[in-house]
Amino acid sequence: MTRMIPAVPLILAALTLVAGAAAAEDAEAPKDNITAAREENGRYYTADDVPTFKIKDGTVDWLTYSGFRRYHAECHVCHGPEGEGSSYAPALKNSAMTLDYYAFVDVVTNGRKKVNVAENSVMPAFGQNVNVMCYLDDIYVYLKARGSGELPRGRPAKKEPKSDAIRDAENACLGTN
Amino acid sequence: MKRLLILLACTSIGSAQVALANPDLQKQIDDPNQWAIQTGDYANMRYSKLDQINKDNVGKLQVAWTFSTGVLRGHEGSPLVIGDMMYVHTPFPNTVYALDLSKEGQIVWKYEPKQDSEVIPVMCCDTVNRGVAYADNKIFLHQADTTVVALDAKTGKVIWSVKNGDPSKGETNTATVMPVKDKVIVGISGGEFGVRGSVTAYSMADGKLLWRGYSMGPDSDTLIDPEKTTHLGKPVGKDSGTATWEGDQWKIGGGTTWGWYSYDPELNLMYYGSGNPSTWNPTQRPGDNRWSMTIFARDVDTGMAKWVYQMTPHDEWDYDGINEMILTDQQIDGKDRKLLTHFDRNGFGYTLDRVTGELLVAEKYDPVVNWATEVVMDPKSEQYGRPQVVAQYSTEQNGEDTNTTGVCPAALGTKDQQPAAYSPKTELFYVPTNHVCMDYEPFRVSYTAGQPYVGATLSMYPPKDSHGGMGNFIAWDNKEGKIKWSLPEPFSVWSGALATAGDVVFYGTLEGYLKAVDATTGKELYRFKTPSGVIGNVMTYAHGGKQYVAVLSGVGGWAGIGLAAGLTNPNDGLGAVGGYSALSNYTALGGTLTVFKLPE
Repeated sequence: MTRMIPAVPLILAALTLVAGAAAAEDAEAPKDNITAAREENGRYYTADDVPTFKIKDGTVDWLTYSGFRRYHAECHVCHGPEGEGSSYAPALKNSAMTLDYYAFVDVVTNGRKKVNVAENSVMPAFGQNVNVMCYLDDIYVYLKARGSGELPRGRPAKKEPKSDAIRDAENACLGTN
Repeated sequence: MKRLLILLACTSIGSAQVALANPDLQKQIDDPNQWAIQTGDYANMRYSKLDQINKDNVGKLQVAWTFSTGVLRGHEGSPLVIGDMMYVHTPFPNTVYALDLSKEGQIVWKYEPKQDSEVIPVMCCDTVNRGVAYADNKIFLHQADTTVVALDAKTGKVIWSVKNGDPSKGETNTATVMPVKDKVIVGISGGEFGVRGSVTAYSMADGKLLWRGYSMGPDSDTLIDPEKTTHLGKPVGKDSGTATWEGDQWKIGGGTTWGWYSYDPELNLMYYGSGNPSTWNPTQRPGDNRWSMTIFARDVDTGMAKWVYQMTPHDEWDYDGINEMILTDQQIDGKDRKLLTHFDRNGFGYTLDRVTGELLVAEKYDPVVNWATEVVMDPKSEQYGRPQVVAQYSTEQNGEDTNTTGVCPAALGTKDQQPAAYSPKTELFYVPTNHVCMDYEPFRVSYTAGQPYVGATLSMYPPKDSHGGMGNFIAWDNKEGKIKWSLPEPFSVWSGALATAGDVVFYGTLEGYLKAVDATTGKELYRFKTPSGVIGNVMTYAHGGKQYVAVLSGVGGWAGIGLAAGLTNPNDGLGAVGGYSALSNYTALGGTLTVFKLPE
C-alpha cells in the first residue's frame, strides 16, 4: 500500500526541524509551553500559538475531553490507558511533555520505527486516518493535560460545551455534514 | 488476495476426495510423554495422563532448566515436545528453536523468518504468537504477517510457504494452526481493522489452498448450505451471512478467527468461534451481524458448515466469540452425550451437543456479569438462544456519543483466549478468568484499509464489590453450569491451564507465578516466581522416564497493555485494588522458558 501524506502535515513536518532545534536549546520545557495564553472559539493556545488545554475548577476544555475519547479509541490499544504506557508502547503523557507539538504531529502523521536487536517498536503512520488526523490537537492537548499532572486519570467529569467552530472544523475534516 | 480467491474457486470442489487420515499426529498426541499439539489434544482438553508429579509431591517441584528466547514481547502458547525434540517459538519476529532434550537442550536448528516490521503496528495489542504445530515430520508456523510456513522438523529447512492474508489491509496472525488429516487449518486476525474473518485449509503436503470459509458474506463465501446448515436446529436460509447486515458493511464485517480450534475425528467436524463484528460502534451496523460471535462446526474435508450458533447477536461490547471449544464425552441424565463446552468472552459458559448444535446450558461463569440477564433456553420462545440484554448496559440503546457505564465484563471478556483445561477424572473445567468491568462509549468512525477501525472509547476497572483483584481461577461444572470453587487473583489470569492425572492443575499469573493447585479442592500446593509475567500456557512431558512441567513467561499481550500501568488511579479510593493495581510494579518484559521437575 502506498501511503499518501496529506499536504498540511507535510508542512508541519518541515516546521519540525526549525521548532525542534529551538526546543533543544531550552533544556527545561518553559512553563509557557503549557499555560493557556489565549482562547479562540473554544480552543486554547500558549503564547507560542501551540494548542494547549485549559482546566478551571475541574472543568476541562472541549478538546481535552474529546482527546480523552479519541485517545481511548485509537491509541490506548498500544499505549495503555490514559497515556500511562504499556508493556508494548511508551507512556505518551510523558512524550507529550518532552516532544514538542510539531514533532508530535510528525510522528503521528508519518510514523516512526525503532527496530533493532533490543527493540521492535513501530509507530504506524496515521496520515491517512481521519479518525486520528481530525483529532490530532484533541489528543495532543489531552496528553499534555495528563503529563502536566493537572488532569487525573479517568473520564473528565465536567467539560466546556463544544463550540460551533470546533463542530464545523470536525465536519469539514471528516467530510460529513 | 484476488489470486487466492480465484485459486479457491478452482480447487474447492475437487478437494474432498483427497482427504487422507493423518495417523502420525494422532499417534504423537496419544503418547502422554509428548506434547504434540498446542491444545494437548484435538479435543482441547489440555489434560495429561502423566501422574509422576502429583498432588502429594508437587510441593517439592524445582527448576530443572531454563531457556531465554531472546525476545521481549508477550509470550503466549507453549513449546511442543515430540520424541527427543522440543520446539520453542517466540513472538515477532517468530523465531523457532528446535532443542535436543537428550543433549541438555542443545539448539539443533533455529529458524528466523524475515518479516516486514510494518506488520507490528497493525497487530492490535502486541505481537504475540500462540505457537507452532506438528504433523508428518513438519513444523507449521503461522507468522505475524500471515505467512504459513512448513519446516522440516529435523533440519528447520523450509518445505513450503504460503501467504494467507495481506498485512497492509490489517490482516495479521497471532494463532497457531491445526493440522488435520492432509490439511493445515488456519485463521486470521484483524477485527479492529475491518478484516472479514475466514478459516482456510491448506494442503499439508504442498501448501495448496483447498477451501476457505468466511464468517460472513454470500453462501458461496461462508460455505453455508441454506437448507442443511442449521442454527439451533433450524435451517439458516439463503445468504444468512449477508441478510442481517445493512448494505456492504459485511465486507468489512470482522468475525475474525484467531482462537484455538478443536476437531472430532468421529464426526469429522472442526469447531471454532468467530470474533466481534466490525466496527465497535453498533449503530453503524444494524442487524444481527451474522455470523460474527458464532460457534462454527465445519466438515474438515469440504469446509461446509454443519451447524452454527450465534452467541451474541449484534455485539455492542466487543465480546469476541473466539475462545476454545472443549470437546468431552460425558453423561447427562444417564445418557452418553457428545458435548462442546465454551467459555465465551460475553461471560456465559455454554454447553452444547456438538453433533447437532443443540444448546444445553448457558450460565454466567462470573457472578458480576450484568449486560444480559440470561440466555433463553426454551426452544419454543422467539428469543430461543438469545441473551436478554439489559437496557441500562446496551451501548446501542444508549446510543452514539453516550458513555454506558458499569458494564461487566469488560471488552477483554470474562475470559479471553487463555485456554481452560478439563480433567475427565473430576469432570471439572479449570478456567483462567478476568474480573474486570468497563465504560463503553461508541461513536462514528470511517473505514480506511489498513487503519484501525474501532469506533468506541473504553475504560476498564475492577468490579465494585469484588475481592479487590482483577482475576479468578475457577473450577466449573459444565452440566450444572455452576462454579465449584473460585480462587481470587490480583490480576487477570492470562495463562492457559493444564490438568493432569496426578490430580494437579497448573496455571500461570501475570506477576509471574507458576501455581499448582489441587484438582478437587483448589488448594494451592506450589508456587514459583518465573522471570516475567506468564501469559503462556502450561504444558507437561516426560523424557528419560521423568516428568517435566514447562511454561513460557514474558509479559505482554492485551494484559500487558491494559494492566501494565493499572486500570485505574491508585489514589482514587478503590480500596484494596490500589495495592496491586499496576502490573509494572511486579514484572518486566523478557521471554524465558522455565522447566520444572521433582528432585532426584
